[in-house]
Amino acid sequence: MFLAKIYVTLKEEVLDPQGNAVGKALHAMNYKEVQSVRIGKYMELYIEGEDAETVGKRVDEMCSRLLANPVIEQYSYELVEVET
Amino acid sequence: MKFGIVVFPGSNCDADVKHVVERVLGFKADYLWHKDKSVKGYDCIILPGGFSYGDYLREGAIARFSPIMEAVTDYALKGGLVLGICNGFQILLEAGLLSGAMRKNDSLQFRCHDTYLRVENEKTPYTCLCSPGEVLKIPIAHAAGNYYVDENTLKELEESGQVIFRYCGPTGEVTPQYNPNGSLNNIAGITNRDGNILGMMPHPERCAEEIMSGVDGRKIFESIVFWLKERC
Amino acid sequence: MKSETWKEMGLRKNEYELIKKILGREPNYLELGMFAVMWSEHCSYKNSKKALKMFPTKGERVICGPGENAGAVDIGNGKAVVFKVESHNHPSAIEPFQGAATGVGGIIRDILCMGARPIALLNSLRFGRLDSPRVRYLFNGVVSGIAWYGNCMGIPTVGGEVYFNKSYEGNPLVNAMCIGILNRDDLTRGKAEGVGNPVMLVGARTGRDGIHGATFASEELSSESESKRPSVQVGDPFMEKLLLEACLEVTRAGYIVGMQDLGAAGITGATSETASRAGLGMEIDVNRVPLREKGMTPYEIMLSESQERMLVIPQKGKEKEVEKVFKKWDLEAVVIGYVTSDGILRVKNGSKVEAEIPARALTEMCPVYSPEKKEPSYLKEAESFDWRKLPIPEDMNKVLIDLLSSPSIASKEWVYRQYDHMVRINTAVRPGSDAAVLRIKGTNKAIAASMDGNGKYCYLDPRMGGSIAVAEAARNVVCAGARPIALTDCLNFGNPEKPEIYWQFEQVIKGMSEAAEALGTPVISGNVSFYNESERGAIYPTPIVGMVGLIEDISHIRSQGFKEEGDLIFLLGKTEPELGASMYLEVVHGLETGRVPVLDLKKEKAVQDLCLEAIRTNLIKSAHDCSEGGLAVALAESCISGNIGADINLVKENLELPELLFGETQSRIIVTVDKNKKEDMLSLAEKFGVPTSLIGEVGGRELKIKVSEFSDEIINLSIAKMEKAWRGAIECLML
Repeated sequence: MFLAKIYVTLKEEVLDPQGNAVGKALHAMNYKEVQSVRIGKYMELYIEGEDAETVGKRVDEMCSRLLANPVIEQYSYELVEVET
Repeated sequence: MKFGIVVFPGSNCDADVKHVVERVLGFKADYLWHKDKSVKGYDCIILPGGFSYGDYLREGAIARFSPIMEAVTDYALKGGLVLGICNGFQILLEAGLLSGAMRKNDSLQFRCHDTYLRVENEKTPYTCLCSPGEVLKIPIAHAAGNYYVDENTLKELEESGQVIFRYCGPTGEVTPQYNPNGSLNNIAGITNRDGNILGMMPHPERCAEEIMSGVDGRKIFESIVFWLKERC
Repeated sequence: MKSETWKEMGLRKNEYELIKKILGREPNYLELGMFAVMWSEHCSYKNSKKALKMFPTKGERVICGPGENAGAVDIGNGKAVVFKVESHNHPSAIEPFQGAATGVGGIIRDILCMGARPIALLNSLRFGRLDSPRVRYLFNGVVSGIAWYGNCMGIPTVGGEVYFNKSYEGNPLVNAMCIGILNRDDLTRGKAEGVGNPVMLVGARTGRDGIHGATFASEELSSESESKRPSVQVGDPFMEKLLLEACLEVTRAGYIVGMQDLGAAGITGATSETASRAGLGMEIDVNRVPLREKGMTPYEIMLSESQERMLVIPQKGKEKEVEKVFKKWDLEAVVIGYVTSDGILRVKNGSKVEAEIPARALTEMCPVYSPEKKEPSYLKEAESFDWRKLPIPEDMNKVLIDLLSSPSIASKEWVYRQYDHMVRINTAVRPGSDAAVLRIKGTNKAIAASMDGNGKYCYLDPRMGGSIAVAEAARNVVCAGARPIALTDCLNFGNPEKPEIYWQFEQVIKGMSEAAEALGTPVISGNVSFYNESERGAIYPTPIVGMVGLIEDISHIRSQGFKEEGDLIFLLGKTEPELGASMYLEVVHGLETGRVPVLDLKKEKAVQDLCLEAIRTNLIKSAHDCSEGGLAVALAESCISGNIGADINLVKENLELPELLFGETQSRIIVTVDKNKKEDMLSLAEKFGVPTSLIGEVGGRELKIKVSEFSDEIINLSIAKMEKAWRGAIECLML
C-alpha cells in the first residue's frame, strides 16, 4: 500500500486572492517578514499497488484529470510506502 | 421544441429553468439524470446552476465526469445548443468544452445581487433578439465566477467574438467598479468558437417574469427559441 | 459505575432517583447517558414547559402546533406551510462557521421531516459590537457558514435581522428559521406507527461528533468551552441536499409512516420521540448502524450528533423501495430495528441487550420545574429615567447620519448579498424590506415572512418587549401586504436558575402571548435557548419572533421604497412623547435605559387592519414600519430603497424634536398614496379609528424635513449621502 501526499497549488501567474488576504492579515498581526502567501490543497490518497512507479503513473493521471485543473493549478506529490 | 435540463447531484436551479421553459415560454422540458447516457431528441441542453457534488474539490470538477457528460460533449461538438448557467458554466469549463477556468471571487465571498451585462455579440443563438451593446439586468449568485484564461487564449476569445456578456454599469460602461468577482476583462459569459455552447455566470431564469423584479433574462431564452425556429 | 456519574452527566439528584424508580433498578452507563441527554433542558424544556403553556397555539388555520418537529398552517388551495425557528448559539460561539452552518442544516431537517419542501430560510443574529476583532471574526464566520449551507442546499435565505450590542459579546445568537411548503395530504409526522414496521436510518454515517451536544447547550459558556470543541459538528450540505431530495421522493411515493431528523441526542432522541408519540416501543440494533469511525461503543453510537441523518419509518414491506430511492441519490438506508408494542426503547448490540427504557420516560417523564423568580432591581431606575434632561443636539442631519450608519440600523446588504436569496425563483420581495415575500407557484398567493425581537426593550420591560416583538413582526408582514397568520419563536435567555432571569422569561412569554392573542397569530412552533451567558453576564433577554403572513393576491405585494414623484406620504398612527430604550439614546448619548414605548394592542390591531384594507383596495403604494431609529430613519430608508426623495412637514405639538424624529412609538406605519386619493385615505383611516396625518410628498433627490415652529429645514440630506452612510457602514467595519 502507498500513501500519496498530493499538493495542488495555483499556478504562479494566477492571482490568489485568498493567499493575499491571509498575507495581509499576517502583516496586520505584525509578521512583517512574510513576503507572500499562496494557498493550496493537500490530499492524502491510500493506494493499493505493487511498485512506486506504476502507482506514481496512476497518481499523475488522477492529478491531471481530476485533482488539479491544469488551466489554473499545478500539482506535485510524494509517495510513501505504508503498511496495509 | 424540447429542452433537456441535466440534473447532477447538488444541482439546484434545475426546477427554476424548467419553470421558465414550461410556464413562461410554453415549451416542454425534461430532466436528464446525470447517470443517463443519451441526450437524443432535444433541441437545447441546459446545465443549470447549483452546487454539483457540493462544489467539493473544484466547482464542476466532479460533475464533468458524470456519464451524461459524454453525450453532452458529443451533442455539443455536433453543433447542438448547450447552455451552462453558473455551475453549468463551471462544468463546461472543467469539461474543456469552453476555454478557461473559474477562480474564487476576488472578494472571497459568495455574491448574490443584480448585475448589468453588456451584450458583446448579438449574433449568437442566445442573443439574437438583443440589439448590439444592449444592457441586460440579470442577477448573479456564485462564489467562483472569477474567470481566468491565459493571455493568448483571451486574445483569441476577444478577437473571434466569443465574449458574449461583460459586467457593466447601468448604461453599459465596462469598468472595474462593476466587476463583481474579479473576472478578466469583466467577462460574464463566453461561447466556443462555433457559438453553439454558451457559458454564463448570471442567472437568466431568475428574471424572466414580472414578479421576479425584471424580465431581461427572458430575452436569452426567447433568443434560443427564435434561433431554433429560424433554423428549421 | 462511579457513584457520581449522574452528576458529571448534568443530572440532578432527584432526577437520578426518579430514573432508578422508573427502571426499578440502577441504570447502566448507557441508560444514564440517554436519560441525561433527553432530560437536559435543551431536549426536555423542564424549566420552561410551564411558562410556555401561556402561548395561544390554536387557530382556524393551524394544522399542527408545538410538540411536532415544526408547526403547520393551512394557506388554502390544498396547501400548507410549515415553519420553525431554532437556535445554534453555543456551537456558533465556539466555531462560528460550522456552528451556524449546522444550525441551518438542523432546522432544514425539521421542516423536511414534516414532508415539506423547504422554500426559504431566515435568520436572526446578535453579536457584540463590531469594534472588537473577535466579534468581527464571529460575525464573518456565522454569515459565511449560513451562506455556505443554505446556498449549497438551494434554499434561498430571504430575510432576517442582525443587531449588535455589547450584551451579546461573549455569547452571540444564531437563530435560524426555515419555511417549507407541501400539499396538505403529504403531511408526515414524527411518529413510529404500526407495530412491526421497520425503522431505517438514512443519510450520513455515524461518527463520534457532538456527543453530549444537548448537554453542552444547557450550560453557560466559559473559557473552558473552547476546549469542548469536539461538541461542534461539521456540516455537509451536499449530503443534506441529497437527503432532502431522497426523503421527499419516498414521502411523495407514499412509502413512509413517520420521519424524524436526528438532531440533539441523535439516535436516542429520534427513536424515543417517534416511539413515544405513537405510544409504542422500538427495538434497534447498534450493530446495524453504519459507522464512520472504528471501534465506536453503543454509548457513542446512541448519543452521537453526527449531522445529515434521518430516521425513517416505512410501511413494512417497503424497505426495498425506500432503499432503492436512497441508492439513486447515492445514499445509504439501513434497517436498524422495528416498532414494538411494549412501549420500551430497547437497544441491542447483536444479541446483547444494552439498554431498556420506556420510550415515554425519556421524552415525557422528566421532572418539570418552576424555577424561583424575582423582579430585577434595575427596572425601577430605568423606568424613571428622564431623557428630557439630556441636551438636544444642534445638528439633526448629523444625528440621522449617525443613526443610519450605526450597524444595528445600517443596511445588511453586506450580509444578505452573501446569501443566495433568489434560488427557486419565488422571492418577490428580496431582503432589505420590512418582510420578504415569496410567491406560491401554482396559485395567485404569496407568503410574507419576518423575524423580529428587540432585546433592549425586553431587558428594560420584558412584558412590553415581548408584546412588541410579536406586534412588530406582524406589522412587518402587514407592510408587505400580508395578513399575519401564525408565528414561531426562539426564546434566548440567560441561566434560568437565576431568579431574575426566570422572571424575565415568564414576563416576556406573558407579553408575547397577549400580543399573539390580540393579533390572532397563534404560536405553532418554537425553541428555548437558556444559559446564554458569558463571563460578562447574561445576554439581554431576547425573544425572536418569526412571523408568517398570507397574501391572498399577488397584486397586493408591497415593499418599503417610495414609488413615484408626487405620491402623498401618510403616517398611520400617532407619535407619542417616547424616547426610552431608543437607538437615539444609544447612539447619541450612549445610554440603554428609559421607559420602553407603550404598545396598545387595540391600536396596533387597528393600524394593521387599516394598512391591509388600504392595500387590498389598492390605495397604498408603499408601506414601511417605523421601528428602531423612529420616523426619520424610516423615511430615510424609504427614500433610499425607492431611490427618490421626500418633502416632509411635521407638527411638533407636545413633542421634543428627538421624540418627534427618532422616538420609537409603536403602531406607526409610513404609507404612500396616489396624489388624487388623499380623501380616500383619510376617510378609510377614520373608519378604522386610526389617527392618520398627511406628512409630506414624494419627490426630489433629498429627504427634507420641516417642523412647525422652526423656519429652517431640520433635516436636509441627499439620498446619495444617506445611502452612503447606510449602505456602506457594515462593509466599512468589516474591511
